[in-house]
Amino acid sequence: MSENKEFNPSCPISISDYPNVLLAHGSGGTLMNQLIDGVFKIAFKNKELHKSHDAAVLNIDSSKIAITTDSYVVDPLFFPGGDIGSMAIYGTINDLAMSGAMPIALSVGFILEEGLEMEKLIKVVNSMQVAANKAGVDIVTGDTKVVDRGKGDGIFINTTGIGLIKHNMSIEPSSVVDGDAIIISGDIGRHGIAIMAVREGLEFSTFIESDSAPLNGLVSKLIDSKIEIHCMRDLTRGGLASALVEIAKTSNSQITIDENNIPVREDVRGACEILGFDPMYVANEGRFIAFVKRDDVNKALNIFHSDELGKDAKCIGYVSADKPGSVTMRSCIGTMRVVDMLSGEQLPRIC
Amino acid sequence: MRFIDEYRDAKAAHKIAGSIRRTATRSWKIMEICGGQTHSIIKFGLDELLPDCITLIHGPGCPVCVTPLEAIEQAVIIASKQNVILCSFGDMLRVPGKKKDLLSVKAEGGDVRIVYSPMDALELAKKHPDKKVVFFAVGFETTAPANAMVVYQADKQGVDNFSVLVSHVLVPPAMEAVLSSKQNQVQGFLAAGHVCTVMGYKQYESIAEKYRVPIVVTGFEPVDILRGIQLCVEQLEKGSFLVQNEYSRVVTRDGNLNAQKIVDQVFCVVPRKWRGIGEIPNSGLGLQKAYERFDAEIIFKLENINVQEPPECIAGLILQGIKKPHECSEFDKRCKPEHPLGAPMVSSEGACNAYFRYRKYSLGANS
Repeated sequence: MSENKEFNPSCPISISDYPNVLLAHGSGGTLMNQLIDGVFKIAFKNKELHKSHDAAVLNIDSSKIAITTDSYVVDPLFFPGGDIGSMAIYGTINDLAMSGAMPIALSVGFILEEGLEMEKLIKVVNSMQVAANKAGVDIVTGDTKVVDRGKGDGIFINTTGIGLIKHNMSIEPSSVVDGDAIIISGDIGRHGIAIMAVREGLEFSTFIESDSAPLNGLVSKLIDSKIEIHCMRDLTRGGLASALVEIAKTSNSQITIDENNIPVREDVRGACEILGFDPMYVANEGRFIAFVKRDDVNKALNIFHSDELGKDAKCIGYVSADKPGSVTMRSCIGTMRVVDMLSGEQLPRIC
Repeated sequence: MRFIDEYRDAKAAHKIAGSIRRTATRSWKIMEICGGQTHSIIKFGLDELLPDCITLIHGPGCPVCVTPLEAIEQAVIIASKQNVILCSFGDMLRVPGKKKDLLSVKAEGGDVRIVYSPMDALELAKKHPDKKVVFFAVGFETTAPANAMVVYQADKQGVDNFSVLVSHVLVPPAMEAVLSSKQNQVQGFLAAGHVCTVMGYKQYESIAEKYRVPIVVTGFEPVDILRGIQLCVEQLEKGSFLVQNEYSRVVTRDGNLNAQKIVDQVFCVVPRKWRGIGEIPNSGLGLQKAYERFDAEIIFKLENINVQEPPECIAGLILQGIKKPHECSEFDKRCKPEHPLGAPMVSSEGACNAYFRYRKYSLGANS
């Protein structure tokens, strides 16, 4: 039997229950995590990848270099508060910042659809440069491909970033310890609702704009002030809930948060109520959570509050060792419940 | 936020819970009809605030959960055809059919689209005259007026490439089915606030009288639900069986007469199969003869689809309140939201989904 096995090597990539890729496989929920764990991590086995962090940290000679990559597909290309170009810069900068790295340079890859208006492309590219200036980084290399009409959605962008880590902390999920305080940098859910409003033609009485922003400046301030940071995670697809669940699972700790402390703007709450969405799962592009040493929480909050991007920061909860891998939340009426990851996208409810 | 914060107020919620504890002298079993209410109860942990003698039974009021497997299969067949656009509310896409769900059909190249309003489907039909556009019209009385309106408009505007796959259900016959079942344990009801917004609550008066059960029209926020339970318990303790309206900021006795008029014009009452429960007489809506040319079941010749439900899914027992989700041997094992065996695990209003999302660890199912 064992001889037979040697001559019939099986594919290490497990076949999931779904014979085809679903949109839900890209939504930041359970299905996406299954795809990453069951396909990518099995094929690309290595220690750094298994840390499941936003950026990989490589020791090169005596330097610690962070590297990350992200692809951006968004419909519409332009939305209140940003566009695909600025998002492609900030998203990658933020992934670097989450390991405490100072961004050094970015690369950009464009996949353009035949027929795309040149004017739109120029607008996106200019927006990327403005965003790069704001984040203090240069786009130093790139690539362009054009696909047949109908085989792309106008513009797809990939950006890869490298950054230098100058501190000695290991800012990653495995550094999270019992007692850590969790700080959120500001209100949640604005990006997802802004996109949804444009895409579906929903109109609200107030203007909801994306929170898309570079977080490296604020993170630098925290590091320079010697705050003991154990982990950071920017909140993108899957929202606050998915980020907390991922970290609880990877760090094997319990996270308990208080619903009353989670900042959500009134108009975003209203939009979520109408659509049947939970703001805990709605996407953000300029928000992050920081796990800091409990003694440092007030000092850290002061630094957050001194920065425009952190002025509404709040401590939302703490880490404990009780039920490893779980997230629980004290609800607005004082009862406790589990917070779990969604399997896929949030789908608008029937009634 | 107005109309939200005051109904999620911790002090008010605890005060009502205290009053329920003082009022209840013996055990009572109360069914909340609507899946939206089940979701709120589990999300906010309202049952934890109640005394042990009050048991909440989760009712069949989740439109996704009760849509029969045949209807899902019909939708899957339609969506797999060439030159067809199948439009549906988002929740329906992940409900497993015989072999696959609509999301898988979409991944295989079927044109399946999520719409927020049936009118969006009609607009799509006008934009794509070369394609047949089908709207999957499911739900209770709440969604019936909008779904009736889209058929009415399609007729008026002569949009002949538009049709609807109808699997509408009605609440009062389901309540009667629960009450007349030999296994019934329900002693009082929280009626579904939004169904009553459309239909009013006149039709519940005869049910309360016939079965001698109190029925309280109830909203969806924590304070609403606790107040509904309080009124129900007060009646049970007194031995009265009236229809009361807790949700008076939205619901009137007569309901929305304009909405009822369009429903009556387009739909007629038909027998309907409920997933996991079986056929309940007069419990559904189908298209009136005058609108038959918009009936996707006839257009695509799908009247005789018969599908067996997976035997391991106990959706029927869950939907009748006979078993709780975590009492199912497959809960959080073979049945999870990403790989559901039955609809109650998929829908955001499904009892199994609510238990999975908000209760998993406390139930110890995952330990």
